[in-house]
Parts: sequence; C-alpha cells; structure tokens
Amino acid sequence: MASGIVSWATYLPYWRLERASIGVAFGTTPGRGTRAVASYDEDTTTLGVEAARRALQPAGVPVPDDLFFSTPDPAYLDKTNASTIHAALGLPPSTGAYDLCGSVRSGWAAMRLAALEGERHASIAVVSDLRTGLAGGAEESQGGDGAAAFVFAPEGAVAEVLGHASVTHEFLDRWRVPGDSASRQWEDRFGEEALVPLGRAAFSGALADAGLTVDEIDHLVVAGLHARAVGTLRKTLGVAPQRVATDYTSLIGNLGAAQAATGLAEVLERAGPDQAVVVLGVGDGADAVVFRTTPALVGVQEARRREGMMEVAASVDQGRRDLPYAVYLTWRGHLRREPPRRPDPERPDAPAMRRNEGWKFGFGASRCLECGFVHLPPTRVCLSCRSVDHMEPQRLAGVRGTVATFTVDRLAFSLSPPMVGAVIDFDGGGRYRGEMTDVDPEALAIGTRVEMTFRRFYSAQGVHNYFWKARPVSDRIDDRGEQVGGVVPAEVGGGEGG
Amino acid sequence: MASRGIRDRVAIVGMGCTPFGELWDKSTDDLLTDATTECARSAGIALGDVDAFWLGTMGSGQSGLTLSKPLKIDYKPVTRVENFCATGSEAFRNACYAVASGAYDVAMAVGVEKLKDSGYSGLTGIRQVGDGTNAGLSSPAVFSLLVPAYAHKYGVDPEELKAVMTRIAFKNHQNGAVNPRAQFRSGVSMEKIASSPLVAGQLGVFDCSGVSDGAAAVVVCRTEDASRYTDSPLYVKGLSFVAGPAAGIIDPEYDYTSFEEVVRSAADAYRQAGITDPRSQLAMAEVHDCFTPTELVLMEDLGFAERGTAWKEVLAGTFDRDGELPVNPDGGLKSFGHPIGASGLRMLFECWLQLRRKAPSERQIATVADPGRTLGLTHNLGGGPGECVSFVGVVGSEPTD
Repeated sequence: MASGIVSWATYLPYWRLERASIGVAFGTTPGRGTRAVASYDEDTTTLGVEAARRALQPAGVPVPDDLFFSTPDPAYLDKTNASTIHAALGLPPSTGAYDLCGSVRSGWAAMRLAALEGERHASIAVVSDLRTGLAGGAEESQGGDGAAAFVFAPEGAVAEVLGHASVTHEFLDRWRVPGDSASRQWEDRFGEEALVPLGRAAFSGALADAGLTVDEIDHLVVAGLHARAVGTLRKTLGVAPQRVATDYTSLIGNLGAAQAATGLAEVLERAGPDQAVVVLGVGDGADAVVFRTTPALVGVQEARRREGMMEVAASVDQGRRDLPYAVYLTWRGHLRREPPRRPDPERPDAPAMRRNEGWKFGFGASRCLECGFVHLPPTRVCLSCRSVDHMEPQRLAGVRGTVATFTVDRLAFSLSPPMVGAVIDFDGGGRYRGEMTDVDPEALAIGTRVEMTFRRFYSAQGVHNYFWKARPVSDRIDDRGEQVGGVVPAEVGGGEGG
Repeated sequence: MASRGIRDRVAIVGMGCTPFGELWDKSTDDLLTDATTECARSAGIALGDVDAFWLGTMGSGQSGLTLSKPLKIDYKPVTRVENFCATGSEAFRNACYAVASGAYDVAMAVGVEKLKDSGYSGLTGIRQVGDGTNAGLSSPAVFSLLVPAYAHKYGVDPEELKAVMTRIAFKNHQNGAVNPRAQFRSGVSMEKIASSPLVAGQLGVFDCSGVSDGAAAVVVCRTEDASRYTDSPLYVKGLSFVAGPAAGIIDPEYDYTSFEEVVRSAADAYRQAGITDPRSQLAMAEVHDCFTPTELVLMEDLGFAERGTAWKEVLAGTFDRDGELPVNPDGGLKSFGHPIGASGLRMLFECWLQLRRKAPSERQIATVADPGRTLGLTHNLGGGPGECVSFVGVVGSEPTD
C-alpha cells in the first residue's frame, strides 16, 4: 500500500463574468471568454470549505490529522482561517489546522506539507484563491476564483510522490500590499524572462529526483499567474502537446494559488494507472513535483463518477454567465452601492459563536433520543415529546432538503439584494428557515431540491459572520440521489455536530 | 387549572387615541400626553384618579419612567410591558386583571410607539445578534411565505391570490379614507395596489402596513363601578394571550397557511366570552393586518371562514365595512400604520366607538343596529408564521344576562 494522494476535489463558484462586459463598461475592446467569480458571500475560506467537503465526502477517505490551508487572500490575519474550515468540516478537535497565507506560492507549501505529513497520517491541503485587480485591468479579467483540496494518507494512494525540485529567486513580478483590494504586475516581458529559466530548472530537477526522462511523462500541468511564462513553458519543455493538460483559463480565469492543484485534480480525473504526472508552478521561483498514479486510481475514479462528484472538466463549463460587471465590482468592494434603508448588521458575539460552534460552523442539529425529532438549531427541550437534555448532535451540512415555501426579500439587508429566503425540510427530519444563494429566484419553487453551502453572510467591525445557506442542487447531482434510492450521503465522520 | 377569564367583571369607561402618522412634530412624551389626556377626559377623571398604569411600548422607552416622567405621575405603580406587536393589548390585559383582582379600583393602559425618528424603512428590531445565525429576513418577507404556501395548498392561482391580497388592502384603505385618525386618509385604487413595487415575494408596498407614530389609552374599572364614569361602558368578555413553542419554524408538519397561536388564543377567548359562532355573533373585528396575506389567513384562524375559503369570502365582500362581518372598519394597520405599542389599543378604540354607536355616521357599521350585535373582537399577532405570540380580546356593549 502506497502513501500519497487518496482523495481530491475542486470547487469553482457558481458565477462567471463575461470578459466582454468589462470592455462594454469602459468603452474599450471587449475581451473574450469568462472568469470564475466568487459570489458576494464567498471568500477564500468558504471556497476552501466547499473544496474540502467534497474531498472528504467519499466513503473510505480518512479523517485528516492535519489541515493546511493556503491562500494569498486570507479572510483574517492573526486569527487562523484553517480553524474555520476545520469547524465547517466537523473535524475532531485533535486535528491540527494551520494557515500558510500571503504569497501565491504558499499553496505549494500547503501541498508539500500535507504530502510529507501524509506519509505518517492523513492530512489535507486546502488551497484557495480569489483573484482581484484594478478595474479594467488584466489582473481582474484574467484572474479566477476557486479552490482545491487534496487528502494525503500513508495508505491507499491513487498517486505517489516520485520526486520534487524547487528554485527560488527574488524579483518583483506581481505584488499586493496588505489591505489592498487589487493585485498589480510589473511589465509582462520582464516576468517572462525571469520565470522561464526557473521553470526549466525546477522541471529538470524534479525529473532527475524522480529518475524519469521527459519522454516518460504522461501528463504535464504548468501553473502560474504569469500567462506568457506558463505558455512558453508548456510549449518548450519537450513534452508532447497532447500530454500537456488543457488550459481552462479562457473559461474560468487563472485560479492563482489554486491553479496548480486544480490542474492536478483535472489530470487525476482522467489519468490511467501507473502514469507519470508532473506539476510545474512558476512564481517568485519555480516548483515541480512528479507523481506516479497507482492501480487504485481506477477504482476511485469509478466511485467518484458513480457518486456524481463534480469534475473539473465539467465544472468549467457550468455557471451563471449573466453577472453584470457593476455587480461584480460591488461584490469585490470596488463600487459602493446604495444599501436598503435598513440598519447595518452588527458583528456576532464571540462567546455565542463559541457556545454554538457545532451549529454555526457545522450546521449541527440535535436529534431527540426519545422520539427522533430533529431540531434546527439544536435545543435541549424536544418540541415533539418535551423530553429534556436527551439529545444527540446530528450534522446536517451534507444532507439535502426540499423547499417548503420561499420568498424574495427586497427589504432585508444584503450585500447583494434581494435576499432569497426559503423554508427547507431536510431528508430524514429537520426544518430550517434561512437564506438561499447561487439561486435564480425565477426558477425557485415549492419542492425545489437544495443542499447546504458554507458562506460569509456579512462582515461587521472586522468580524466575518459565517454560516450556512441553501442552494439548489444541480439536476445532474440530484439524479444520483435517485439512483442510490434517495439515500442521504454521509459526510465526513468524526466531530459530527462539533 | 384552567383559563377562566374575567367575563363582565371589568368595564372600559374611557378611551383616547391620537391620530396616527408620520408625526415629525410629536415626541413620545407628546403622544403619551395627548392619548392619556383625551382618555382621562373621556372617563371624566383626572390622571391623579388613576391608581395604577400599564405602559406598552416595544422600544420607545424602558421602565415606568417613560410614562411617569412626562405625565408627572405622583408615585403610582407604572408597569412597562412588551410583547411584540401585541404589546398594547398586553398592557390592556394586565390592567384589566389588576382591577378585577381588587388590587386597584381604576387602572389605565397606555400604548405608544415613536417609529419614524429612526429614519429606516419598515420596522427595525432590537439588537439580537448572538451567534449571527438568525436569518435576516425582513417582516414582509417572513409573512410573504404564507402566499405560495396558501396558493399551493388550496390550489389558488397565484394571480388570483394576488387579487385577493389587493382586495384586502383596497378594503382597508377605503375604510381608513373616512377615518380622521388614520395615517392614510385617501382611498387607493386596485390598480395602484396591484402594481405597487414588490417588497418581498408577492407583497407589494401596498400589501404592507405603514410605519407610523401614535398612542392610545384606556381606563378600566370593575363593572360595578362603571356607572360612576359613563352610562355607556364596554364590558370585557374575554382576554386571551398565548406564546407558542415556535413549532412551525422547526416542524416540517407546519404548512405556512395558519397561525396556531391565533387558533389557540381565539378558542380560549371565545370560550371565555361564550362565543360559539364568531362570524354571526361578532358585530366587528379589528385584526392584525400587518400584511395582506396575514389578514387572509386570520379570517380562517379566527373562525370567520372555513379553511381554504377566506380568499373567496374576501372577494365576495364578506369582510367589507358594509359586509356580513366588518373587519378592520377603522382602516386597520393598513391605514393606520403600526406603532407597535399603540396598535392593540387603537383597535380597542374602534370597538369603543362602533359598539357604542359613537362612530361618525359615514363610517358607523350597520351590524350593531341590524341585526343588533353587541360584540367586537381585537386581535394582535407578534412574530411571524411559525413562531408568534397572539392576543384575542372580546368586548361587548351589553352585560351578559
């Protein structure tokens, strides 16, 4: 049994921005294609939660002992963001949770750490990015938002690490001062000249470390925010074009810190057993890792398809494309929109959040041990049989539900009005009235099937208010539920209800 | 153990009610002074003759000082109560029990709310952030949840249901148009109501009650003392208040087409008052029409219409001022706005006028003369579908034989 990657998943948000809409707004030449856009209620932490939930969901994936989270755009400084993800995943307290935040390259550190720790015990790397740039610029139009998560474990790997190499140099290519909402880049050709030789050096170093030749490479992923450097490397490393992974940046943009991991995920979703995969990343240096897939990959791929897990190649084609550019700018804080004439929300109370961690972060209900009634939020007294303190926690974050009734609220405070509210009845018990997101109100009806998603409701006085919202399940995924007899898929074990 | 009620033991001998509206020139103190002065004059007493006060306000003040300070009350008990939108009725209920118990001879209940100083649209709640997981749906949104649920359950076409909601708003505005105390004193066309901008779900601006300032007050004493103050008192027939377990918002059995709390409090109040068929026994009802679908559902919860039929009754004009059972003849929350602490007592004030045939002739309801009904109902609901408090009160112009 081999150590290495045992599970993986990616998350691309629901929204896409047509690059043409930027040109229309500024009266300049419209760009082509789309970029993935995190919604107003998403940040790098919630994007990471969505990817990690999927990675941990398949049966048999071990509960990680360590969680490494990396993003260049952390929701908090000082405070650990990985602990929010840890809570949203319902992981046990004994699982460590660490941020590796700041530079885009930190994503590599999270993956390397998880891989190293994965030789001893299960570890998960979560990399997430939300790319911004000044309005009308290339950073804005060419960036993309998304996350990926990889679980490494001592046994049952679908891909082992064969070799690795890194090269580091100090130069100014892309930067952002803490607090700035937009990234900036030096002259394009300068970065290309600096990065390409570093990429070549890391690539050949990793091949040597793995004891492989270029001809033996079955799949090559080249990642990096510098599009020219990446393009040159894809063409000039001597790997046949059909073995170079598809470039999806025209559809989703460049996912920054999450790009390399997303590329690796895409390869693992279609690679065969016993194949060599090289992932090369450039930015402030270069990193390259060589993986070899194992025979276990085939079974895992089949199980994932059976379960209807979203694959990268499919998810890049999805998404709502009617996002107005002005709304996008509002979401990113680049445009101040008149709010409803309602009081601003207040920050949540830290002691209340701590008391209710299982509910707030894990969407944990309480189920009566006497009569089975499910209470959302958890309560001590049973509504149905009035028994007191005879409850067990039950996590409903991974359980689907059905809309009982709904409304579109044009008065309530929302960072992107109108707010959509719904009453949801969960499969197996439990009713909750809350917000919906990633939803077209016109398509919402009594009976719509929904699933829960972890979101940032608002931020007040520097505190991010995270909680769960419902979103419609895609038809394709819902079909799976029918196929398996409507059985509710269990989420990751351990720490249920926090 | 039982809810026994205090049928006919307490009499209403005086009332006052300010005009409701955007009273930019009136403070909370002014509203309290206006309402209590009119009320005392109505009962032919001085404020100093009142032995104890109950003040209902949701957020326009705290403690009895809110009343005693502006009115310069001389060291008397003043109890401030709050119970969501039933706050004014709750002040009244407790004042009734105070005199019924014999603890005091004369009690006054006052309700006030000064909402328009906030500068916000709609009502704004009291800070309850906690862990930040409470859904931030606005009140119209919460009540709008009734609409698709009702349409779905009874197979009513959504457009037809919108017409029903429009009809309710139209009726209440028609009633308010002839009431000098109302916030909105002009009729509104069905077209204007139906095409008003959407606020939440199918609720347009005209499906929502307004936001206003106002105050109202009532003096009560034991029935045997009533003749000292008036020769035409009203008698308290039934008072019921319930707070539910908030079952609907966590129980999948709840279908968002009824308020169980209202059903329970109505049954309790009817039993106390000896009412067996409210539709034929009541001369009028003042109900909590915070939003048009609320009034629709209340017609069924209060027993005025069979389940699933209120929408037809509304269209048939059953609840019009000249209908079989006039509902909100004063114009309701729709025309008055909803200064929370004052609304319940404003409803009672309409009973005070109508049941004693003291309403102006152009808006005096006919059911009092023919068929000579003597009972009026007031109702408040605080919270929303699935989790609310409910008050139902019945008063009458004749003592029971």
